[in-house]
This record gives sequence, C-alpha cells and structure tokens, in this order.
Amino acid sequence: METLIKDIGFIIGTTLMYSTPLIFTSLGGVITERSGVVNIGLEGMMYFGAFAGAAAAYFYQDPWIGLAFAGVGGMILGLIHAIACVSFSAEQIVSGIAINFLGPGAALFISRMLFDGATQTLTIPNKMPLPLDFLFGEGNLFPSSGFMDLVFNRFATVYIAFFLVFLVWFVLYRTKVGMRVRAVGENPEAAMTLGISVTRIRYGAVMMSGLFAGLGGAAMSIAVVSRFSNTLISGHGFIALAAMIFGKWKPQGALLACLLFGGAKGLEIFLGSKGVPIPGDILAMLPYILTIVILVGLVGQTTPPGAIGKIFDKSEHS
Amino acid sequence: MNSIDFSHKAVEMVDVVKKFGDFTANDRINLTVHKGEVHALLGENGAGKTTLMNVLYGLYQPTEGAVRINGKPLSVKDPNVAIKNGIGMVHQHFMLVEPFTVTQNIILGNETTKMLGMIDIKKAESEIAALSERYGLAVDPKAVIQDLSVGAQQRVEILKTLYRGAQILILDEPTAVLTPQEIQELVGIIHNLTREGKSIIIITHKLKEIKQVADFCTIIRRGKHIDTVEVDQVTEEDLASKMVGREVSFKVEKDPQPQGDRILEIRDLVVEDSRGIPAVNGLNLDLYKGEILGIAGVDGNGQTELIEALTGLRPAKSGQALVREKEITNLTPGKIIQQHGISHIPEDRQKRGLIFEFDIAENLILENYATEAFSKGFTLDFKRIYRNADQLIEKFDIRPQNSKLAAKALSGGNQQKMIIAREVANDPDILIAAQPTRGLDVGAIEYVHKALVDQRNQGKAVLLISFELDEVINVSDRIAVIYEGKIVGIIDAHDADEKEIGLMMAGGTA
Amino acid sequence: MTLNREYLKEVFLKGPLGLTVISVVLGFVVGAVVLLIAGFNPIEAYMAILRGIFSKPKYMSYVIIYATPLIMTGLSVAFALRTGLFNIGAEGQFIVGAMVAAMAGYFIHLPMLLHVPVCILLAASAASVWGGLAGYIKARFGVHEVISTIMLNWIALYLSNWSVTLKSFGKQGTGKSYVIQETARVDLFGQWKITEAGIDFIRSHRFWGDILKSPVNVGIIFAIILAFVMWYILNKTTLGYELRAVGYNPHAAEYGGINVNRSIITSMVISGAFAGTAGALQVMGVSHRIAKLAAMEGYGFDGIAVSLIGNNTGIGSVFAGVLFGALKYGGSKIQDAVGAPTEVINIVVGTIILFIAMPKLIRMILQARNKKG
Repeated sequence: METLIKDIGFIIGTTLMYSTPLIFTSLGGVITERSGVVNIGLEGMMYFGAFAGAAAAYFYQDPWIGLAFAGVGGMILGLIHAIACVSFSAEQIVSGIAINFLGPGAALFISRMLFDGATQTLTIPNKMPLPLDFLFGEGNLFPSSGFMDLVFNRFATVYIAFFLVFLVWFVLYRTKVGMRVRAVGENPEAAMTLGISVTRIRYGAVMMSGLFAGLGGAAMSIAVVSRFSNTLISGHGFIALAAMIFGKWKPQGALLACLLFGGAKGLEIFLGSKGVPIPGDILAMLPYILTIVILVGLVGQTTPPGAIGKIFDKSEHS
Repeated sequence: MNSIDFSHKAVEMVDVVKKFGDFTANDRINLTVHKGEVHALLGENGAGKTTLMNVLYGLYQPTEGAVRINGKPLSVKDPNVAIKNGIGMVHQHFMLVEPFTVTQNIILGNETTKMLGMIDIKKAESEIAALSERYGLAVDPKAVIQDLSVGAQQRVEILKTLYRGAQILILDEPTAVLTPQEIQELVGIIHNLTREGKSIIIITHKLKEIKQVADFCTIIRRGKHIDTVEVDQVTEEDLASKMVGREVSFKVEKDPQPQGDRILEIRDLVVEDSRGIPAVNGLNLDLYKGEILGIAGVDGNGQTELIEALTGLRPAKSGQALVREKEITNLTPGKIIQQHGISHIPEDRQKRGLIFEFDIAENLILENYATEAFSKGFTLDFKRIYRNADQLIEKFDIRPQNSKLAAKALSGGNQQKMIIAREVANDPDILIAAQPTRGLDVGAIEYVHKALVDQRNQGKAVLLISFELDEVINVSDRIAVIYEGKIVGIIDAHDADEKEIGLMMAGGTA
Repeated sequence: MTLNREYLKEVFLKGPLGLTVISVVLGFVVGAVVLLIAGFNPIEAYMAILRGIFSKPKYMSYVIIYATPLIMTGLSVAFALRTGLFNIGAEGQFIVGAMVAAMAGYFIHLPMLLHVPVCILLAASAASVWGGLAGYIKARFGVHEVISTIMLNWIALYLSNWSVTLKSFGKQGTGKSYVIQETARVDLFGQWKITEAGIDFIRSHRFWGDILKSPVNVGIIFAIILAFVMWYILNKTTLGYELRAVGYNPHAAEYGGINVNRSIITSMVISGAFAGTAGALQVMGVSHRIAKLAAMEGYGFDGIAVSLIGNNTGIGSVFAGVLFGALKYGGSKIQDAVGAPTEVINIVVGTIILFIAMPKLIRMILQARNKKG
C-alpha cells in the first residue's frame, strides 16, 4: 500500500515536472492566438529559450538569470514573428516555419561559439531551486521521498507555471487589456473602429507568446534537465501548440491538455523504471494517439478565435 | 423638417480628395452638415460615399482637403480623434464582436476599470440601460451579440456611438437589412436623435428613405460631387438621374406569359442553419415553367438555407423538394446541376460563385470541367475550354475580353456577368438567382434583370431571392413572402402592394 | 527589343520568381551579417561553401544525394499546399515510407526488377495511408491537418523506433534494422564498385571515379519524374482542376459540384505517397536500413522550406531542393574551413522563408528602389 501511494506520488510528480515546459509554451500559444495570430513558431522560440536559459544559467551560475535570458530570447523571436505577421501581412504559418529554422539555427550557432563547437551547453551548476526546500529546509515540511514530498516539492518553475495559468486567465477574461486582446482576435475591424490599435495589441500578444515559449524552453533545460542539448526540445513546442487547441484556446483547457501529455510521459518513465514489459515506444505513442482521438471526439465543439490566421491589412479595410 | 440650427456647422468637409494609388475615390468633395440636420449621401455602389465617411471617421487620411468639426479645423488621424470630437459611425457591416455581450461590445475601447485593470461591468451595464431608455433603443445589456436580431444589433451599434458621446452620427446603409417596420422604428430613432441636437449623415442609395428622413442630400457620382439639394424641393426621379447621370426607368420590361407546368415542388421542407436551429421550417412552394417567382423577405428568414438545400449545399432535415416529381433533397450539388437541371447564381458571388485565382475560362467550366465537352478521359481539353470562354465572353459582353485574365481582375459587374454566362450556358430548367444585383451599378442591374426575364421568356423557371423589395416587385410574376422559414403568403405581382408585403415580411397577417 | 526586356522585367521582378530570388539573396546577406558579427569573414565562409559544393565531382554528387529526398518531401508539401492543405506531416510520412521500404527490402525475396518497384509501392502506399488519415479526419471530423499531422509524425517516429526493437527485424542492441537485400537497392553500380574492375575504374578515372565514391543512386531521377507527375496532375487533369479549385476556394468548388472532402483526402494521399517515396528511396539508395531516431530527422520539415522556396511548384521544388541540398552539404564544410558554425545555414534558410512570407516587404523595397532610380 505504501509503495502504491509512493508510486502514485512519483507519477504525479514527474507529470508535473514534464508538463511545466508545455504549460508555459501553451499559454504563450493561447495569448497569441487569442489576438488572432497563429504562432507555429512556438517550437523555435522554445528551442532558443532552452538554449539561452541554459547558457545564461551556466555563465551566471544563477537559474533565475537563465530564466530571464530565456524569456527575452523567446521574445526577440516573437518580435520577428510580429514584424512579419502584423506589419508586413505575412502568411502566419509560413512565418512560423521560418522561426522554426531561425530559433534552432541561432541557438546552435551561438552554442558552437560559446561551448567550443559543441551543440550542447555544459551542465549548469545551480538548477532551478525547490522553493519548499528553500523555505523550510530539505525534508522538514514533508518526509523525504514521501507522497507529499514527491507531489508538492517541485521546482519553482512548476509553481510559476500554475500561477501563470491563473494570471493569463485573469488578464484575458477580467481586465481591459484582455478584453481588447480577445476583441482583436475575434474581429479586428470592429476593434479598429473603436480606436483600438490592432497593431499594438498583436505585437504585444505575439511577443508575450515568445516570452512564454522561451520560459517553457528554459523550464526544460534548467529544471527538468540541467543543460541544453540539440535534441532536448525536439517537438515539445508543437505538442504545446496542440495542447492549446486541445484546450480550446483557453488557459485552463491548455493546462489540462499539458497535464495529459506530461502524465503520459510520467507513466512512461514509471513503467520503464519498473521494467513493465510494455515497449516504451508504444507507450510513448499513446498521448499522440489519444490527442487525435479526443480531437475527433470534440468535433464541432472547438471554436477558434474568429479572425485567427487571417491577415489584417488596415489599408484594405473600409 | 428637423429642428436645424443653421448657425452651427457641425461638419464641414472642404475639397476632400482621396486617392488609392492611381485611383481617385473622392475628387474634391464638399459636404456641410448643420447641428440637428439629417444629411443623406447618395450615390451608386463604388461612387465613393463610404470612402468619404471613412475619411471623416479617421479610417483613411485624405490626400487633399480639410475637415472642420464645429467650425474648428481637425486632422482626423485615426478613429480615436473622431470619437473624441463626437463623431460616431455605424458601419454597413456591423462592427461587433460576436461572442461578446452587448455591454462588452459597447464599452470596448472605452472601458471603466476598477483595481488591477479589472473591468467594472456592473457599472457599465447600468449606464447602458439608462442610455437605451433615453433614446428608445431597446436592448438587453447582458445579451450575447450572436443571439440578437439584426435590428437589435444595429441598436447596439448606435448605442456604441452614443456611449462615447457622439454628436455626429454616420449611418452607412442602415436600412439594407431591416424590414419596412424596423425601418420605421429607425426613422423614429433618428428623429429622437436630431431632437437632442445630434447631426446625422446617412449613406444610402434608397431614394424613398431619403425623401422620408433627410433634410438635405449630397449626390456623389464616380467620386465627384454632383450636387447638394434640399430634399423637399426634388423628386425621387430627380435624385435618381443625378445619381446615375442619365434618365432611369424603374420598370422592368416584360410581356405577359402564360404559366407553364409545375417544375419544382417543395413540401414541408425543414433545413437547419449552422447552429442547428431550423431556419427553413416546414416550407411549401411550387414553381412553374415560364415564370419568375420572387421570394420577398428580410435577411435571415431562411432564404440562404432554402437555396442551399435546393442546390445540395446543405442537408435538408425533413420534407422534400421535387423537380419534375423526382426528389432532389440531399443529393450532391453535382447531381443536382447535371441531372436535374438547376443552375444557381449564388448570393455571395465572391465566396461561392467564382475562384479568384482561376482565369475566366477556368471559372466558366466550374460545373462542367469533367464533362465530355471539356475533357478527354482524365485530362482537360484546353482548346475547347478556351473556345467556350471566347464564345461566352462575346455573347455575355464580359470585359475585358480576355479569357486568360484571372477572375479577381474583373469588376463586380463583370464577375456577375461571368457567373450568369456560366449558369445560363448550362441551359437549366430552373435558375435560382440569389441577390443577383447586390453591389452592382445601375447598368449592370438592368443587364441582370434582362437576363432573368430572357430565361423566363424561353419557358424556364426562375426563382429570384432578394432583400430589395422593389426588385422583387418589379421583376417577378408572382411573389412569395418568406418569414421565419415559412412562406406566409403568395401574391400576384400585378396586385402587389408594398405595405401589405412589408407587413407579411414582418410576420403580420395581411 | 525593349518590349522583350519589359516582359522579362515583369516576370522576373514582379512575379513570384523575382520575389524568391530577392528573398534568397537577402537570406545570404543576413547570413553574412551574422557571420560578420560573430567575427568571421563571410566571403571566406561562403567561398568555403562553394568549394565544398563544386571543387570535386564527388561533392556535387553528394549535393544531389542530399537534395533528392528534400525535393520529394518538398513536392509532398507543395502538392498539399496547392490544395490548400498544410502537410506538416511529410516528416512522419517519410518515416513510415522508410520503415516499410526497409521491411519490404529485408523480408521479401524477389528479383531486382520486381523487388524495387514492390518496395517503393508498398512504402508509398503506407505513407499514403498515413497522409490520407490526416486528410480523412480533416474531411470527416474537421480536425485541422496541422495538428493531426504533428501527432502522426510522433506516432510514426515511435512506430519506427519500436520496429527496430523487434527481434526479426532489428539487430538487437544496436538500435538498427538489418540491411535490405541487394535486390532492393537502387544504388548505381553498388555491386560493381567493390569488384576489382570497379575499384580499378575508380582509381583510373578521375571524374567518374570520384563521383562513384559517393553513394550514387537513381533517386534523383525519381524525384524529377515525380516533379513532372505533380505538374501534370495539377495542371492537365480534371483531378488537378478539382484539387486546385478546392485549394483556392472550397466554397466555390463545393458549389460547382466538386466533392471537397474527397479532394482533401485524395490530396493528402498523393502528398503522402510523395513523402513515402522519398523515405523509401533514402533507404534503398543511401542508408539501406533504418535506425532508432532520437529526434525528428527533419526531412519533412526541410521539405516545407523547399516547397515554400520553390513557390509550391514541381520545377520550383527541384531547384529549391538542390539549393537546400547544396547548402546543407556545403554548409557542413565551413566549420572546418573557417571555424564558423554550420548552423548559419539554418539562419540563412530561415531568413529566406521569412522574406518569402513577406512579399509586401519585398515589393516595398523594390518600389523604393524604383523611385530612387
């Protein structure tokens, strides 16, 4: 019984850890798509954020500085996407594809410059702290490796991610700025005629999505593992994108979808550690199959923002 | 006449020029509107009325010329400046955020906030309730826009401008989507507004409404200022000829024609709209050879769903449509076109009717590309495709006469000619024409009406759906009135009385 | 004469070709700036790339070998895009094609003349199913193909990885499958190269011998044929008319009697077949086996770039594929030559795509130039 509880704790704990990078990035997706801009470049932004975060955390020996660098790095790519999509009417998916070349390209380019030609950073000395251990001392609040410890004693990024879900929800649905973002994503012409700057809102939203994706990457490179390598992100940005759609463009929905993906990963790791004779590859497939099945089941129930992906050119509107 | 304060010029636009590249949309236009005045802006589609108003509202910057508001020069560099100076605009296509509530739409861009930037929705709701009472604009502040009728959405739009303290209201084609009764309500609202000293600019091409509501009228033709007249001093005919530049006859020439056999029979048809609500709800209708049957009704009473069900674009929930006694409900569009001889001029020609990127020749074979006429086995027969195009371009006078030109390069009128050419060339037994003259200029409208009458004279059946009651009355042999998905009355066009039809369109009994 | 010149100007500067060429040039300019900032001499770096491409016949041969799968995945993406579908799934379809080709090449015993087409056909069919599945769930359930293909990519990857763990197919502990039989290979002179005569030939003929040092195969011929097939289907057949109509305006296509849902599935099936063929030929001509993948290899994603740079046409994809192949192969040389990171190539490619996404910007640049001139 005790082992069972511990095992469950382990699975929940790993779930939270692996979900966190996805939650950050997925929230970024919610913000940008709510403003009407598709951002398939989340992957590239996350990739660059993972590198920038790990590199900065290594050189400054401080995970928080790493996190800041990651956010800013993602934001710069967001700025590029915004310039293309908002100011120059770019096809949003195409611009996103470009970001997915630029992000990894820039990350590996700089990595080779800084780390003697290697496409990975060195191990960072200080990982993301565990705030409960920091506050109460290790093992003081909950017994080490007990259920409570396994579930609640997680990296700071996990807490931040959950808080951000609430924050993004609050801003989008309760505040002036959020209402404007959603209005721009539904009907930019209407917003424009009321004197709202579609350009400014969309620049802001797309750059925020870059910031969040960058943080997501760092949550991977300086919390889940402790360095960046060239295969670390491989596809997580895309999964976060799917989670956002899966979660019906809502922060709380995206959270649940990310937990599902993270949960599958947690289960895979757990069963792997127990030597359960289910092939890991088959297990790894499950969340993706599940996503397709659930999306199929959601037929007609997902309503994306009204103006999503549509190029808004002020001069063409009357 | 309204109580106009002639000493107070609310709006002055002086020699306004607006160019888009080489195209001059407004060429030295002057407009003066006084406090308390209703001023109509009359012109054909594309004459430049909306452009001029967009300049006033700050959506466009004038190339030359000046704007003065309440006597003071003003550079309206964006809508914010317009709003701050008491200008409000209700666009023809409503600028509403569909999933938002009435209140959210009204306060957007002008929100009252509490701490942390939180919106004070309670306060806003009570303000809006007070405002709507004062001006007689009944609307529930908590309702979601997509659940509201078109008339109610328009009231929201007007409230939006009043909430921002508008003194000058621009209404762009405000009656296009309203029933005759709703139009009367709007007239009442407009009088309420002028009584409070507001100035109204109303963009329209409907002469009757100008006579009814406006004090002055400025006529624009091809971007040029033609005249400004006092409405009481002119007739509708005067206005029409100023608008078009020549004498116009409103009557469509057609000889009486005996009614032929029944060709289309619709029985208890039920069709759901995209939200799953029955938009066509137990509709019965017969169509005979050699007649034009016009369907009169306000937008949103099931017309679109009826057409889509008849052409296979939308499934019928129950009931039947029979062509020559054979059921066509829930067949594919291809089968209906090829085997049952129904052709269709779609209401939204840019969405349904043509493919922008295809050239004229490719567009002209949209329904027949795979028939023997234009293909050999799996491959297309381009020789015949282009020969066909050249013939139709000649016969239907599509300009420019270049079959390799992309459809997007054509004017609206010529795009419509292209669609009519294609549909008539199918030699259909039934031609469904939905809003066939929307957005066209007078010359093109005459052309379209003649094409419909030609079909009828050849013994074909024509089903005309239009929101313009005048068009239905002028072109049809019989008129069926649709209301909430049912035909509520059928009238012979000779005996048509506009008031009576109007009442039926609004659900009243004649 | 002047008329002709005007015509050329029209086609070249204002048409899609002009936009592409300008984007490519700008891509290299940005790459140069990046190199400059990083303290490298961009001219030297670009010269190293050029040398890496052209200085030996073998290098050019490698460029073609690199380009071959990219052309085909490019065609895959382009074909779907012309029907208005964004096939992010070329990656997964490639993996499935490679896996099935490797299995068919290993398990089935047939004479070469049959074995090769059977392998390709099976691989293309499997990848068609993979692509068609995404088409089906879009047509039937309205799930956006971008999302479903992303999922299918991962499913393909794990499926492929799982297949090499099977005792009958994978060499245990190596993470690799067994190699396919000789009869399923499309290498040119693969057998003969290791005979005495072959070795002799390679030694004595400098040009051809050098080329033979690379794994030359018939893939490029397939790629060019497929490019032609794509052009023919889209532009000459009634099927192509349907697909293009759906791509440009599904509402109008439906109105005209075209079965939009069937077109979506058909397009994804054909698109999948192209990517699957790419995977098959990669196995049959180059790698001869599949291996466990730690991450996506990127053939499909690079195919997106190829398609976009090639303006989504058959011939364009061929040229863009060769350009991309050359950059990938030549770019790998600059690390050794000047010490600059290879990934500058990704930056160049990303920039090219970014500019291609912004025709408005390029037109503005051109207009500004015209005004000055």
